[in-house]
Amino acid sequence: MDQPAICVQNLRKCFRKRNGFRKRVETWAIDDVSFTVAEGETYGLLGPNGSGKSSLIRVLSTLLVADSGQVTMLGYSLPQQQQQVRRIIGRVSVDAAFYKKLSARENLIYTALLYGQKARDAERRAMGILEQLGMENSKFSTPLEEMSRGMQQKISIARALVLNPPILLLDEPTTGLDPKSRRDVQSFLERLKEREGTTILLTTHDMAEAERLCARIGFLAHGKLVAEGTARELISRAHAETLDDAFINLTGEELSEEELVAVEG
Amino acid sequence: METTMRQTWAFLFRGYHLTRRYIGWVIVFNFYALVTSATVALIGVAAGNYQLTLTLVVGALLWNYLSWLYQEIAMSIAYERWEGTLEYTFMAPVSRLVHLLGVSLYSLINSVITSLIVLVGLMLFTNLTLRGANLFGVLVVVAVSTLAFIGLGLIAAIFPVMSAERGAEATHIFQGSLLLVSGVYYPIEVLPGWMQPLSAISPATYTLSACRKLFGVGISGSTPERLAGVPLSDVSHELFVLALMGVVLLPFGLWVFIKVEAWAKRAGKLKRTG
Repeated sequence: MDQPAICVQNLRKCFRKRNGFRKRVETWAIDDVSFTVAEGETYGLLGPNGSGKSSLIRVLSTLLVADSGQVTMLGYSLPQQQQQVRRIIGRVSVDAAFYKKLSARENLIYTALLYGQKARDAERRAMGILEQLGMENSKFSTPLEEMSRGMQQKISIARALVLNPPILLLDEPTTGLDPKSRRDVQSFLERLKEREGTTILLTTHDMAEAERLCARIGFLAHGKLVAEGTARELISRAHAETLDDAFINLTGEELSEEELVAVEG
Repeated sequence: METTMRQTWAFLFRGYHLTRRYIGWVIVFNFYALVTSATVALIGVAAGNYQLTLTLVVGALLWNYLSWLYQEIAMSIAYERWEGTLEYTFMAPVSRLVHLLGVSLYSLINSVITSLIVLVGLMLFTNLTLRGANLFGVLVVVAVSTLAFIGLGLIAAIFPVMSAERGAEATHIFQGSLLLVSGVYYPIEVLPGWMQPLSAISPATYTLSACRKLFGVGISGSTPERLAGVPLSDVSHELFVLALMGVVLLPFGLWVFIKVEAWAKRAGKLKRTG
């Protein structure tokens, strides 16, 4: 394998919280996690809420500093080379975090300027991306607060892609979307991978989505990466019939009702 | 350089469009600033004492400017937390210096506009003349004290980074304390003895003291028709202290912000709230 786009080795992150007057509670959000993602590969991280998916994405996004372990992205190490890493990543989080009063256009231009890009070029690129995501151009000037969650999430994807990053970190990008919007996003990600060769790290609750988009999948539970492989390998290793069953067999956990509802939109 | 200019412009662009979308609230805040300032200044008018009126007008005007500047910078992080955009700003490849410079520049423009509105309003309410006041000197003092207040704003901006819930409250407590000890509407001497030393560490104390002299407050030659503002050299002590505070507080504010940001990233405190 060539040098991986993302290389995570023995990563650990513990959150310490005071519970009561003297007692300190420690929670291992990421517990000795190692994996690599090749350039152009889509790698899925599956796990229930609290399994450490978002913490892992935050570490890779330079928003959280790990206690120990190593992370390199296209050869840049974290946290030492965080400015360089910031230039090569785009992130979509589960909640579409925007200035809700501003329009999609204003939010996207703001992001482009923040990354030192020309506003006009970014606007043109964003329009193209939103068109491919099945969004009308007329919505471009509508304040985000007047848009549905699905539309907001599409704008969020456009924001990450307008920067044309070689690595995309997607933290449950389709959670809570209606089936049509989810399909639009998934098809777009497939096209993006084919056309641009973008490396994608995707966290999701949606087994079908993981099977469809990801070349390899890792199962996270209680901060640990308990299994890794292609969907077929995981199913076979767990002597299961579906990825869902494989997940339960290998992690000993089920996705909660709430998570399944979120996946179903 | 071009990248830095665009990144600085990003914060002005964002601020302008947010102001446009929240224009109703912007009008309300400016109206409130004008009314509270006029209410204070009218105490002097009611007393029939133009010196008292001028003291209150200068206090109200400068406090509006300095507190707006401080508050906008200090609260910029809290606003981002409420909007949920803080993580996205912090993961952008923009240096903290450029980020905070952009925020401060926008806050400065905002504060100047509000202060002009308050100034025009106060002139209408109080019928004061500014003839004879050393307005150039006032601008110099305000410009120098701006640096110190930006520094204070940066220091206070760490509170919302440290605590999503308590941070915004802490910035207001700090602001209220400055109002109390800086002699905005009364001489510092009327404060309890144990509190008076605190006024020496507030930049607003020196700004107000210098500007009052430059306007001609308490100067023997001043009359209601013509003020006798002192020359800039007469406030060189205040100017020196303000410049020193600016030189210390601005880099210190930036340094402490970067330290707290690093801590917040280790402790996982940057998550969205609100």
